[in-house]
Amino acid sequence: MLKNYFKIAIAVLKRRKFFTFISLFGISFTLTILIVLTAFVDNVTSANYPETNRDRSLYITSLQQKNVKQFSQRTGPASFYYLNHYVSTLKTPDKVAIASFFMPTNTYVNNKKLVINLKYTNDAFWDVMEYDFIEGKPYSLQQINNSEKVAVITENTKSDYFGDVPNVVGKYIEADNVQYRVCGVVKSVPVIMPISYADLYVPYTVSKTDYKHHDLMGNYTAVILAKSKSDLPKIKAEYASVASKIKPDAGFDKLTTTAAPYLASFLSSTPLGDPETGKVGKLVFIVSIFVLLFMLLPTLNLININISRIMERSSEIGVRKAFGASGITLVGQFIVENIILTFLGAVIGIVLSLIILQVINNSNLIANMHLSINLTVLFFSLIACLVFGLLSGVYPAWRMSKLQVVTALKAQ
Amino acid sequence: MISLQNIEKVYRTDTVETLALNSISLDVAKGEFLSVMGPSGCGKSTLLNIMGLLDAPSKGAIKIDTQSTGHLNDKQLAQFRNKKIGFIFQSYHLINDLKVLDNVELPLLYRSSTGKERSKLATEALEKVGLSNRVKHFPTQLSGGQKQRVAIARAIVGRPEIILADEPTGNLDSAMGNEIMEILLHLNRVDGTTIVMVTHDENMARKTHRLVRLFDGSQVQ
Repeated sequence: MLKNYFKIAIAVLKRRKFFTFISLFGISFTLTILIVLTAFVDNVTSANYPETNRDRSLYITSLQQKNVKQFSQRTGPASFYYLNHYVSTLKTPDKVAIASFFMPTNTYVNNKKLVINLKYTNDAFWDVMEYDFIEGKPYSLQQINNSEKVAVITENTKSDYFGDVPNVVGKYIEADNVQYRVCGVVKSVPVIMPISYADLYVPYTVSKTDYKHHDLMGNYTAVILAKSKSDLPKIKAEYASVASKIKPDAGFDKLTTTAAPYLASFLSSTPLGDPETGKVGKLVFIVSIFVLLFMLLPTLNLININISRIMERSSEIGVRKAFGASGITLVGQFIVENIILTFLGAVIGIVLSLIILQVINNSNLIANMHLSINLTVLFFSLIACLVFGLLSGVYPAWRMSKLQVVTALKAQ
Repeated sequence: MISLQNIEKVYRTDTVETLALNSISLDVAKGEFLSVMGPSGCGKSTLLNIMGLLDAPSKGAIKIDTQSTGHLNDKQLAQFRNKKIGFIFQSYHLINDLKVLDNVELPLLYRSSTGKERSKLATEALEKVGLSNRVKHFPTQLSGGQKQRVAIARAIVGRPEIILADEPTGNLDSAMGNEIMEILLHLNRVDGTTIVMVTHDENMARKTHRLVRLFDGSQVQ
């Protein structure tokens, strides 16, 4: 029976090439966009190099200060003072990495301008992040305390600045009109990871801006590493308790801040997140609705095409009914055909996605980023295809099965 | 084998009511070859469709093989047709997307049978109609006569006791028509299949056991 359905399904697809193209295009294109988008999102949000400890890390990427009476607020990264004074001193965490957001600086190599993104860090940064050192090692606490002008550079910066040389540890690199002695070279990080990405990492103590000022707002972020995953709620609670006692900057009367997982920490200060709890339920809900609507488009298209095909196949329906097919059997046949069509579309979509991801990876569109298909997303996309295949088949099949044999045979 | 009692068929639209069959009572004996004749629009095909349980009468009762059919639901009717009745249509109604063998296997798909069994029975049916060399062809690659032979093979593959043929020679030239008629006569004579055939051709009708004439939905002979 299934073999017969399969033969018919393939024959129908071949017979109406334009309809088939439209149907397959709708399904495969939607799936491709979904897979590529999720590959991108997955790359941004999952624990990739060097932030492999994300599952036992909490991030503080912004603070929100409000003046309730004047309806004013200020949201932005914290100051080094704030993080060093209130976060590094928390008792539950294992370590607290403090680093500035990267800042672009210009330098010149053989009269050619080179933009180098610079990041100031503390020593724990190198313990919390799992950088691969190709050469040398990170700067030490001693070097930071001595305000030594030492730097860790990335593999890409090494080749851009020094060219093709085997070893650069001990050599000097100029950035922001300062000569830094290279103490280590690490594997490059994609720009989509703002906490760990930079071209050049230097001690916070060499910063030209005043990192000692006592304002709460600044340009620094903190990554709190827990000893184990189970400590995360305790750290959150401890931080919340500490934060509740901190006096906001002058002009504000309320400070809101939360230590949250990676993605939540960025969204908590936006309308998609909740700065009080750090939860991103709204985002998940909106994304789910978006994905559902997005996948519904090819389904509606398929329903439309299927209905228009019913009369075209009325003779076949009439004959099948005459020779013993019940309405339910015909519904089953039509749904199987539809599932075959949607799965063909899914296969094309997966192949297209693989090609597009390969092209993106090879083109170095986003430096150091390697996109790959998320198998969970792939699995759920295939399930969605199956469900939409069923949905887009049921209504046309029901209409088809209701056709009277005599009417169906006459309609030829 | 087939018993029609006071069959009426009325087609209704918003404004018009058309009486297609008017109080038809007819018995077809087991092994009989009956032909139905009459001018176009007199209700021949409607009568055949009602006999074949493809259409429901507005009034009256149908018994097939002593079994009443009025209470059967869609699924039961489908099963009943599948086991008891084979259909032959004037315009063949083959599925052009399927090969000859797959077309002939069609009625067996709705029974519990394996692919091997279906293939064997379909090949045998095609041998009976002299088309064993065309199993892998598509209907579009066949002549009218060959198509109708495939349609006959499809009608007999499930070994039904009744064959209902609606102008089976209507689209064929006389030579082809005679060939088809010979096959039907053979099925009736050798296999004992009960056949009811609608035709416009007096010569064909004369070869059958009995002739029924309809005029304006009523039986006149």
